[in-house]
Amino acid sequence: MTNPATSAVRQRSGKCRADTITMAHGSGGKAMRDLIDDVFVSTFDNDELSKLEDQARFSLGSLSNAGDRLALTTDSYVVDPLFFPGGDIGKLAITGTVNDLAVGGAIPLYLTCGMIIEEGMLVDELRTITASMRMTADKAGVKIVTGDTKVVPRGAADKLFINTAGVGVIPAGVNIASHRAQPGDMVIINGFVGDHGAAIVDARGEMALQNTIETDCQPLNGLIQSMLEVCPDIHCMRDATRGGIATVLNEFAETSGVCIRLNENALPVREEVRGMCEILGLDPLYLANEGKLVAIVPPESAQDVLEVMRQHPTGENSAIIATVDASPVSTVILSTLFGGERIVDMLVGEQLPRIC
Amino acid sequence: MKYVDEFRDPNKARALVHEIETLAQQLDSTRQRPLQLMEFCGGHTHTIFRYGIEQMLPDSIELVHGPGCPVCVLPMGRVDDCVALAERPNVIFTTFGDAMRVPGSRKSLLQAKADGADIRMVYSPLDALDLAKNNPDKEVIFFALGFETTMPSTALTVLQAEQDNINNFSLFCNHITTVPTIKAILDSPDMQIDGFLAPGHVSMVVGERPFDFVAETYEKPIVVTGFEPLDILQSIWMLLKQLKQNRHDVENQYARIVPADGNTAGLDALSKVFELREFFEWRGLGSIDHSGVKMRDDYAQYDAERKFSVPNLKIADPKSCQCGEVLKGTIRPWECKVFGTQCTTETPMGALMVSTEGACAAYYNFGNLDELLNKRNQNSQLSAASA
Repeated sequence: MTNPATSAVRQRSGKCRADTITMAHGSGGKAMRDLIDDVFVSTFDNDELSKLEDQARFSLGSLSNAGDRLALTTDSYVVDPLFFPGGDIGKLAITGTVNDLAVGGAIPLYLTCGMIIEEGMLVDELRTITASMRMTADKAGVKIVTGDTKVVPRGAADKLFINTAGVGVIPAGVNIASHRAQPGDMVIINGFVGDHGAAIVDARGEMALQNTIETDCQPLNGLIQSMLEVCPDIHCMRDATRGGIATVLNEFAETSGVCIRLNENALPVREEVRGMCEILGLDPLYLANEGKLVAIVPPESAQDVLEVMRQHPTGENSAIIATVDASPVSTVILSTLFGGERIVDMLVGEQLPRIC
Repeated sequence: MKYVDEFRDPNKARALVHEIETLAQQLDSTRQRPLQLMEFCGGHTHTIFRYGIEQMLPDSIELVHGPGCPVCVLPMGRVDDCVALAERPNVIFTTFGDAMRVPGSRKSLLQAKADGADIRMVYSPLDALDLAKNNPDKEVIFFALGFETTMPSTALTVLQAEQDNINNFSLFCNHITTVPTIKAILDSPDMQIDGFLAPGHVSMVVGERPFDFVAETYEKPIVVTGFEPLDILQSIWMLLKQLKQNRHDVENQYARIVPADGNTAGLDALSKVFELREFFEWRGLGSIDHSGVKMRDDYAQYDAERKFSVPNLKIADPKSCQCGEVLKGTIRPWECKVFGTQCTTETPMGALMVSTEGACAAYYNFGNLDELLNKRNQNSQLSAASA
């Protein structure tokens, strides 16, 4: 016979009382259930997730009301350190996937969350990271609707890896693609380049630099929606993450078969980032960003798009940084501050500091 | 950054370029071929490409990009030695980041790291010494690399290790010297260089005097040059002025940093720890007398070459590489047979493609590849036709 008092206790969602993650938290048993309930479900907290089925379900009707195509993307986050000025791996895992949807013109709606946790990680750190994910998801207007948790032995992962996949809906009439850049188009960025890369180098502490560079990690879907309102015909758009804006511009130039002429004078770079790049021999053009988009728009819309971007909190420092030319094809040319010109190529290998 | 921006002022640059054009025209009437000016240092090469200085100059001036990138000129056999040291059990091998990608005959340090060797990037030899202090049960080896610029910091680190009684720290010494190398270039029979931009950072250590022989014995003008774009333009202007006036002197454009006698404390430290090798092997240039340093016997216990055995094999450069000719200015980087085809920055065959400061890598990264390859093909058709 079941004792009603104890069965009520058993049914109550679990409390994770452990200080550190052990292999038991990935075993499929009580410890794992408590961790999922207490750290993930109660934090992300939404109807789809709390049903705890093996999959999230949503109505096709509500999706098709919002647009005529689905967008699906996935990304894994392995940043080291987990916490850095202005952000953490959790914030990154939401913004990265939201932005990957948004730059395609999609309205991001639902995210998944896969966690691979190294044995020994502090539960409190995990709580901080999930809280940050929730806060960022709210800001971006998306829900984390399904997830997965794995624990691996010490050394088999580096503290925490997160994978998020995202689904969004693309409204009819929006057609953003990297082959659509045309001669005469203008290239716009939504603010300072290189902040994220510089913040990570700084946070690793290897350089002993006294700095306060913060990551630019931020969801861009709000900004992009306001851009699409004034110019539904944005030709190309990408978020300039790893490889920096140099890589994105090269991809556009190559796929569209055009020349992109970049003006160093117009490029927004923070003094602190420039200073760090000077010292370490890095190039801000190749530094990673986590809240920067590069958009190519028809010339007649450029000013309108720029103005609406500057009014948005994530686009106050927007600038037109380049123009599109017919030739030489598949090339990015930089007019330097100094008055010379040079080619900006794709990055080879890792960007390593020079020694002399 | 304000201090730096003064040396990047586009208005001043235009004024200087105008003066350079005027001087070049005056020199032009008497010349059969373009003036060849060599910047020795990889740091200068980097600035020249980063700011697009070459395109600002008149066609009658050709910049020859010298061998002054220590990563580029490191022979393959030495990289193999590094890998062998790094793959020893119980060793932490430390290196500057630039050296990670240099190909050895088997693999680069980057590949060795992926294969499990404990290889760590450091930004100063003192970081390596700290690693030795914190890992007393490991042998920490520092890959000492570079011209006179980096020698004092390595020497001071060895002296520090001695003072702190640290016995699990050693150097794999690959430091090289500037002067014998410039001399080797000047002695080569096909040399056509008209003037030199001397390396500013090296001069900060050694001073101006070691370059006297360039002006006195070889009668070539030489200007100690800083690393900002205006520094380079001003030095080119100073060289042209000397040529116009038929002078060949050592001049110092970088006097704000370089004292005439160099850094005497640094020189003392390096002569205490290092002595000249009889010869040292360079990628692309071959063996050059007295062009490297080794550790003195007093510091043998900090010398990785003596502490551990290294294979020390001589690996010949690939035959198709024309790095030597590019370094001496007898051909331009894109005129090399393998430039941009077999030898690229992703798969570098030759020294000059290895580091971003190498001349070929600079043309490959910052130049218009198609245009350069067309130029090469036209040249080879022309020479075939004339033959």
